[in-house]
Amino acid sequence: MVERRPSLGMLAHVIMVIGMILVIFPIYLAFVASTHTPQEIMQAPMPILPGSNFWETYKSALTGGGRTSTNVSVARMIWVSFVITFIITFGKISISLLSAFAVVYFRFPLRKLCFWMIFVTLMLPVEVRIGPTYQVVASLGMINTFAGLSVPLIASATATFLFRQFFLTVPDELVEAARVDGAGPMRFFKDILLPLSKTSIAALFVIQFIYGWNQYLWPLIAATSEDMYPIVVGIKAMTGNGESPVDWNVVMATAILAMLPPALVVVLMQKWFVKGLVDTEK
Amino acid sequence: MEKRVFFRSSWLPWALLAPQLIIVGIFFFWPAGQALVQSLQQQDAFGNSVTWVGFDNFVTLWNDSTYLASFKTTMVFSVLVTALGLSIALVLAVFADRVVRGSRFYRSVLILPYAVAPVVTGLLWSFMFSSSIGIVSYWLKKMGFSWNHLLNGNDAMALVVMAAVWKQISYNFLFFLAGLQSIPKSLIEAAAIDGAGPWRRFWTIQFPLLTPTTFFLLVINMVYAFFETFAIIDATTQGGPGKETATLVYRVYFDGFRGMDFGSAAAQSVVLMVIVIGLTVLQFRYVEKKVQY
Repeated sequence: MVERRPSLGMLAHVIMVIGMILVIFPIYLAFVASTHTPQEIMQAPMPILPGSNFWETYKSALTGGGRTSTNVSVARMIWVSFVITFIITFGKISISLLSAFAVVYFRFPLRKLCFWMIFVTLMLPVEVRIGPTYQVVASLGMINTFAGLSVPLIASATATFLFRQFFLTVPDELVEAARVDGAGPMRFFKDILLPLSKTSIAALFVIQFIYGWNQYLWPLIAATSEDMYPIVVGIKAMTGNGESPVDWNVVMATAILAMLPPALVVVLMQKWFVKGLVDTEK
Repeated sequence: MEKRVFFRSSWLPWALLAPQLIIVGIFFFWPAGQALVQSLQQQDAFGNSVTWVGFDNFVTLWNDSTYLASFKTTMVFSVLVTALGLSIALVLAVFADRVVRGSRFYRSVLILPYAVAPVVTGLLWSFMFSSSIGIVSYWLKKMGFSWNHLLNGNDAMALVVMAAVWKQISYNFLFFLAGLQSIPKSLIEAAAIDGAGPWRRFWTIQFPLLTPTTFFLLVINMVYAFFETFAIIDATTQGGPGKETATLVYRVYFDGFRGMDFGSAAAQSVVLMVIVIGLTVLQFRYVEKKVQY
């Protein structure tokens, strides 16, 4: 038993509260700004308690009102974000499950090469090969399409590795039992491997959801028309070049709306989120 | 590690691998190859003619003092982000490890920044520090400091560092906390019986045993600061004032898509690829093998 020190326990709470304030303050301030009128925010100092303009601000943000540098409604941006995020999440999880299954449960020529080809993609984030990727996507005519915005982001191996690691821990006896019962590979995959992988899939879902939702550089380049902007690109476009006046309450309401879905996923699926973070880095 | 038992089929594994291999081929190997080829070419501004120039693009980069300056900017930025991010997260994790009541609540709040998009992070911070409407810059002015990250290079660097650290706190915190919780309680108790106080126990037991976690986070944070902070910089300072906060990744974007200099952008991409591969090798070779207990 370690000695009890009430003073240290108090200090721990004090430090945690300071940390929490540092983390929450920027978000709180954005929320406060979204509940005021633009005039109230422009006067220095801006209020630090919520105002009464909540419904009007969010209504004008969602319907594309307010003075901003874009003409697209936030509702449309949220829709685009959801579509892209779901293509990335489901696309990545399904192709990774299949390829990890192939690499772990089969022997075939060039297996090692395939494995290494997938492995290399871990090394180069999309930011590094952004220019050429744009040219490839443009030459395929995929600029301003949902596929063009999402599929290039699927080309990475994190998920494949996670599933490979997990499959390697699945007891061999299960394969033997399935064989004895006359189940083929796909039957084994569907009835035994998939149900066993449920927690890994959930963990990966959280990580990929946040990854997809928060993508910025790629959509910034691959979406040239405003109505294909996901919300994180749209919100930046709203602020314009900083010269024309902008309704900051609408921008901050958009910021709150942009962080709501990933924040909910992280907080509500916390157990899987932590597991996903730790597992993807193994 | 290999499976002893496996299935036999000549076509099925290829069918299973096909989706991944096609996507990786088209959207990874093709562009990466393109980058290598283009780094040796020079294109005119309209993309009509292409000439082979050998290593000219790299030589130009090497002689470009602003490129070398952004190398330095990137180094300063990453060292600050890594050092500050790791130390703040470590302090929080050490105390979170002590807290019994309310720890779930504290953790739920501290992981929030992970969910916030980098570009939104940038907007939140530039909103707080905006010289006209920002509330923090207003308080600073009251205290006698003038703040303007659009004019003052140091203010700009401080702002992007703060925003980048804030965003990364959750990640570092969770890994440190997991590391601390995996240290056997018996070691700490043995030290306590021998009369070591909390401070001593931290420096002689917990901190050394955290070394693998710390090294891992060191590499991850360097990679983060190098590559994943583009959106934060774009939303706060856009690389300015001048080029004071233009990191290497920001330059690739700026020269390639604003300046339309694809040859130079491709050469810069190749330089970045070499850096990432270097960091990855460092992680696998050095960190994974040598720093184990």
